[in-house]
Amino acid sequence: MLSILHRATGVFLCLGLALLIYWVVAIASGPECYASFARIAGSWFGALVLLGFAFSLLFHLANGVRHLVWDLGRGLDLPTSAASGWTVVAVAALGTGLVAIRLFGGA
Amino acid sequence: MSLRDPLAEVRGLGSAKAGTEHWWAQRVSSVLLLPLTLWFLLAAASLLRADYADARVYLAQPLNAFLLLAFLLAALYHAWLGLQVVIEDYVHGRAMEISLLLAVRLLAFLAALGAAFCLLRITMGA
Repeated sequence: MLSILHRATGVFLCLGLALLIYWVVAIASGPECYASFARIAGSWFGALVLLGFAFSLLFHLANGVRHLVWDLGRGLDLPTSAASGWTVVAVAALGTGLVAIRLFGGA
Repeated sequence: MSLRDPLAEVRGLGSAKAGTEHWWAQRVSSVLLLPLTLWFLLAAASLLRADYADARVYLAQPLNAFLLLAFLLAALYHAWLGLQVVIEDYVHGRAMEISLLLAVRLLAFLAALGAAFCLLRITMGA
């Protein structure tokens, strides 16, 4: 379950990477170009997509560390990998919550 | 005993001759991305509600532009390697598979060039 989610978030993050580069291009191109980017990014849909990217990046990052530790041959037994799996989910969920608070929270 | 040629055994390559390199490159890029992603998360958090002027000032700082470019290049490389595996796993038509693999390479290359060009323009104030 987490393993296919690692792949799915990875593919989704490619789209995020493209949009991040679009953001850089928009800043380099000037205020008018940036305004059209900001109009989409500032909408409720933009916020939803941003939270999706936040969750995907945090999950892929934390689960990536888990995979690297496995590659070292550690933490492969069932109880440990179950515990680290839940840790990864908790980190991604908490981090996404923090992003949401920062995005929607008061000034 | 193994039926494999002793030299092939020592080189550790499978029948495709290239899998080990790809696997290792994916790990190396992921280790490189660990600190860069942590930096990016902090940068993104500070820019979350930034307007055009804020973002421009932030990226005009050479260190910020440098770290963002390092993150983008490492991420593009990592994404290219990852998408390659996904395409090889799920796309079964040979022509379609090769077309997609080429498209991913081309897009990653153009995106890297575009990001570098734009970040240089911003730091040079052009």
